[in-house]
Amino acid sequence: MSEQDFERYWQRTSSLMIKMIALWFIFGIAVHFFAPQLNAIKIFGFPLGFYMASQGSLIAFVVMLFWFGKAQDQIDRDEGVAEE
Amino acid sequence: MSNSSSGGGGDFTSNLGRIYALYTGGFFGFIILVGILEQLGVQQKYLGYMFMGLTILVYAFIGVVTRTSEVSEYYVAGRKVPAFYNGMATGADWMSAASFIGMAGTLFLLGYDGLAFVLGWTGGYVLVAVLIAPFLRKFGAYTVPDFLAARYGGNAARLCGVLVLMACSFTYVVAQIFGTGLIAQRFLGMNFELACFVGLAGILVCSMLGGMKAVTWTQVAQYIVLIVAYLIPVVWMSANKFGLPVPQLTYGQALEQIATLEQSFIKNGLAPATMKIHDAPFTSYSPANYFWLIFCLMVGTASLPHVLMRYFTTPSVREARVSVAWSLLFIFILYFTAPAYAAFSKLEVYSTLIGKPLADMPQWVFNWGKLGLVTICGKSASSLADITAACQAIAGHAGVLRWQDFGINTDVVVISTPEIAGLPYVITGLVAAGGLAAALSTADGLLLALANALSHDVYYKIINPNAPTKQRLIISRMLLVVVAVLAAWTASTRPTDIVAMVAWAFSLAAGGLFPALVLGVWWKRATSQGAIAGILAGFGVTLFYLVITRYWPHLGVQYFGMASLLNPVSGAPLIDAAAMAQHLANPAVTDGPVLASNPLASRVGWFNINNISSAAFGLPVGMVVMYVVSKMTPEPSKELQEFIDNCRRPKGQTLMVEKV
Repeated sequence: MSEQDFERYWQRTSSLMIKMIALWFIFGIAVHFFAPQLNAIKIFGFPLGFYMASQGSLIAFVVMLFWFGKAQDQIDRDEGVAEE
Repeated sequence: MSNSSSGGGGDFTSNLGRIYALYTGGFFGFIILVGILEQLGVQQKYLGYMFMGLTILVYAFIGVVTRTSEVSEYYVAGRKVPAFYNGMATGADWMSAASFIGMAGTLFLLGYDGLAFVLGWTGGYVLVAVLIAPFLRKFGAYTVPDFLAARYGGNAARLCGVLVLMACSFTYVVAQIFGTGLIAQRFLGMNFELACFVGLAGILVCSMLGGMKAVTWTQVAQYIVLIVAYLIPVVWMSANKFGLPVPQLTYGQALEQIATLEQSFIKNGLAPATMKIHDAPFTSYSPANYFWLIFCLMVGTASLPHVLMRYFTTPSVREARVSVAWSLLFIFILYFTAPAYAAFSKLEVYSTLIGKPLADMPQWVFNWGKLGLVTICGKSASSLADITAACQAIAGHAGVLRWQDFGINTDVVVISTPEIAGLPYVITGLVAAGGLAAALSTADGLLLALANALSHDVYYKIINPNAPTKQRLIISRMLLVVVAVLAAWTASTRPTDIVAMVAWAFSLAAGGLFPALVLGVWWKRATSQGAIAGILAGFGVTLFYLVITRYWPHLGVQYFGMASLLNPVSGAPLIDAAAMAQHLANPAVTDGPVLASNPLASRVGWFNINNISSAAFGLPVGMVVMYVVSKMTPEPSKELQEFIDNCRRPKGQTLMVEKV
């Protein structure tokens, strides 16, 4: 594998990392800044701010990680660095 | 090579699906059998012993069947654990006695603010998967300090890693043994000190013969027990109360009813206008403290060695990534259920206790009150006469229970749910077995992390690099027993601070290890000197803040510019200037190290940050020091840069190879 190919691989991996960290920040921290405002909205009895911290963000984390496993594997295959 | 199974235990690993399906079915059958015995009139005490005894026997059986004499099986389960099962094992490894028993109670007491723990202890896995675990798996480490030594060229970095690992894992394992002791004491009526050593035996039998391999397969079995035990009571309660066995959905209705009751309490003078509203944010933590706590717990999760080492056991880098996703899914199942427990119990307390005459208190209040776990009017609720006397002592008390009169220990919420819901005793026994599984599985993982750091990193890599395989395994097992006995002995002395100190582990790991691990993979320019300085500075600042604010708060105020923390709602200092001056002049207050009950303990700090989030200072300092020192020292060698590229590339052999 040439240095250039590897450079491209690492660039794609890094940009996926940045996407994931951005999503992590949004669901882990940012969305909860608005908890007092979101709590005015009710869904099935749940105030939305409470719901996001107790379930919404958690579901987002789980979905994100399964998606990440797929996306990173796709990059590995495209760039020829996947394991046999 | 990685997927083929060989040697002893091959039969076990190639039939996983069938074995664990049978096991789960057998476990349900056993629950039903115990239920029948209960109906036939067998004493509760014996039912409790059956639950504890049988589950521990099963763990011991797995521990013996999966014994090994191979180094790579002992340290990383031969790297043959499929992503799905490693996810389950990580779930059990991760969820401790505190998660199983204490989390719902914390949510009961703190309401919305308690969700910081739910968020922090799940979101951290995103960092594990994206930033750290796959690269450490590619490197082929046996322990986390292994990676630090290879990346930062030498044993100095290794020892720094060992130091942080010890600091964050030892108190944690003591707390787990403490937890097993409490469970055995409460459910079996066993003597506490004895129960600690019984717990010790339960832990050793799973880990000593088979190391990581045995711990992995017992943790899978323990996950199944703990999740079944956690879900059954709350599903039952939800079906009973709201006609739908999905507590995660139905507790929305419970939240609505709680909100209505809260308003009526305030209106009718049964609670002060300042009462903690369940779903209102930032009533226990200021917004800054809430978000720093989430952040520290997340980053700490991603730096805890006993969690990271679970991902060294997968057959490939790809599976390591997927395995983090499975881990989070299995952990999520418990954490998104915990708020339902909290809401149902709170609704029960609000609708059947508050506003009722003292004479109408149900029996469970006294059952737990006798143990000092439920208080009414500030006294243990041991009998009707006691609580009546306690409430009469309060001026103007009308003999009707008010919101502020009621107190409950955080552990009681989960433990008492079956009883409050009127479920048969078999369910209570099941919950005890679940709590035990949670404590034992976490203790196993921590103990292995500790003993492996001593045997692999300190003994083999530093003291005697030529030790033959057999000797290494003997030393590993001996150290495991030594650490375990030391932990059990510490737990049996009932150290009062132990549970609070577990929360410190997250900040210590975050401040000490996170910068070196993440920059080690993502920043080639990070140098050995930078890493060592970063670890010591990050860990040092975190530890300093914890120790000063907790044990020597007066020194913090007098010499280090700390001030009183603020009330999260009113913003007023917890200790005003006059009181502070008085405390500082009082030798009884300033005779450190101070007790938790000291008026200054954990109530001072910088910028109003609670000490549970002390990585708020340690992590930035560690990062900056590591950056600056790295920039000041020469760039890492060509070989090292190639090494980093190799860690980043999934393809190819692991970099650390075991001599055979």
